Amino acid sequence: MEGIYAFCVGILTTCGIYLTLRGRTFSVVLGLTMLSYAVNLFLFASGRLSIDSAVILGESEIYADPLPQALVLTAIVIGFAMTAFVLILAMRARADLGNDHVDGKDPTEIPAATAPNRKGEIN
Amino acid sequence: MQHWTILPILLPLLVASAMLLPPLSSRIQWLRIASISTLTILTLLASLQVFTVISEGSQLYILGGWSPPFGIALVADKMSALLVLLTSFLALCCMIFACADHDKSGEFFHPLFLFQVMGINGAFLTGDLFNLFVFFEVLLIASYALLVHSGGKNKTQAAVHYVVMNLLGSSLFLFGLAILYGTLGTLNIADMAVKISQLPESETILAKIGALLLLIVFGLKSAMLPLQFWLSRTYSSASAPVAALFAIMTKVGIYSIFRVFTVIFGDDAGELANFASAWLWPLAILTISIGSLGVLASPTLKRLTANLVIVSAGTLLVAAALHSELATAGALYYIIHSTLVTAGLFLLADVIAKQRGQAEDRLVNSRALSQPKLIGFGFAILALTIIGMPPFSGFIGKIMVLNSAQSMSTRLLIWPVILMSSLIALIMFSRAASKLFWKAPNNKNAAEKAHPYEVIAIGLLILGAPLLVIFGGSVTSYVMQAAADLHNMDVSVYPLLPEESL
Repeated sequence: MEGIYAFCVGILTTCGIYLTLRGRTFSVVLGLTMLSYAVNLFLFASGRLSIDSAVILGESEIYADPLPQALVLTAIVIGFAMTAFVLILAMRARADLGNDHVDGKDPTEIPAATAPNRKGEIN
Repeated sequence: MQHWTILPILLPLLVASAMLLPPLSSRIQWLRIASISTLTILTLLASLQVFTVISEGSQLYILGGWSPPFGIALVADKMSALLVLLTSFLALCCMIFACADHDKSGEFFHPLFLFQVMGINGAFLTGDLFNLFVFFEVLLIASYALLVHSGGKNKTQAAVHYVVMNLLGSSLFLFGLAILYGTLGTLNIADMAVKISQLPESETILAKIGALLLLIVFGLKSAMLPLQFWLSRTYSSASAPVAALFAIMTKVGIYSIFRVFTVIFGDDAGELANFASAWLWPLAILTISIGSLGVLASPTLKRLTANLVIVSAGTLLVAAALHSELATAGALYYIIHSTLVTAGLFLLADVIAKQRGQAEDRLVNSRALSQPKLIGFGFAILALTIIGMPPFSGFIGKIMVLNSAQSMSTRLLIWPVILMSSLIALIMFSRAASKLFWKAPNNKNAAEKAHPYEVIAIGLLILGAPLLVIFGGSVTSYVMQAAADLHNMDVSVYPLLPEESL
């Protein structure tokens, strides 16, 4: 179980970081979302993984640590709000800047100074 | 009386929530009265708290009666009480400035501003690392909204970088916290400080990884070298009162570095004692250097100020790397001084930009200001202070930091860098002043004069520079005590925990 769990967290983190480093806001937002999933799983695992254990003392042979679950809940709520905000901001940036690149400029676009004018000359 | 410790968090929260509701929400005049009176009360409360802490020692406030290390505790010791006072005073000045119609350019300025103050105060007061994360998020989400306040291309673009960087930072913060919780089994700062020395050898490397992740996050907040690129653009594109309030945000990162790497990973941390110093040294020195280069290359007064924020962050990181009581005391003094001065410069840059018309605050020849004497006088004091010339507070602050380097090798490392950065600031301010004030043609400028609120706000911030010198004796003895408390486990750790858990 630990192996699969660690593998999932690792895959999510890798994908998250890869996507966050991309140039367009949509993939960056996706990356941040994946990263926050990875974080939530990781936080949950910080109380150790156990099966058939209750979070209340005396209900089962071994008890599960309740604190990481509370922490995860807080982290999920905050992460959700932040994702909503960054989505709206990305849409606003798309509207204000005219493209969806993180730097606000389309790197493939030819700069105005070197773009050919109406007669086809480069000035 | 016992609930005083939580009031700097509760008061802005309640007032800001009330501001979102109908009777207040649509009346700008009422909103202004409400926020200025709230912040005035907050400043008075915070100064009372400073006096309480002096006379009675650290205040522990246990939320909901869940005794530490299980519940969340708020701790007002000398350091955090002082920083809460600084935040409240700075916020009051910025708010007075904003009331000169800067708050009209978009909606919800007042509640957002108070939420941000609440987040900053909370970050200073909390005694629990996860709670620190929560307050970081509170202050960040308010700052995101304040940054894009009143809109515009520049702001949106700066905000995209700022938000993405900080969201990444939040994820790293949680990874770090999870690792530390997994190894130490607690997130209460005092409890962690006790447990870290009892950590089995196999776990120390994990704890070290967690702590270094936290260092990255705090470094991002405080603009440490590879993570400082967001700062100058963000700060220079934010509106003036917001940029001035942001002056304290880098200090939240610095405060967290001091708190975590002095109390938890300090002298008594066993194998991990002071391990962060080795990382902080080169980064701090390089931060000052790159900040100074930025200062030299700044095209506008706002950029110049933003780069000076990076330089001051670097200076504070040097003090953190030195890791001694003297250095911490110097850093605390320097935090007060640099926050007030950089905030004053951000506000002044806005006034200058408005009076120069199209040239704004760019450092080029342009028409004269409409109040050259008043603004020039303020500019001169602020510039002398931030450069570190006597007789103002910058001089004492820099002396304290320089003096805390006791050994020859550290002196050789620190002194040239800090003194060079002062020289560069001096050169740039001379250049800025000659462009802004002297090279202007002598004809009268019909531009609107500065609003009286703006003059009052900047005046209050400037007042800090001479006051910190006049009351220099009592301020330095206070920061020395605060630093001594922070470095002493008997004061900063053991009284905050019940006896059976030790």
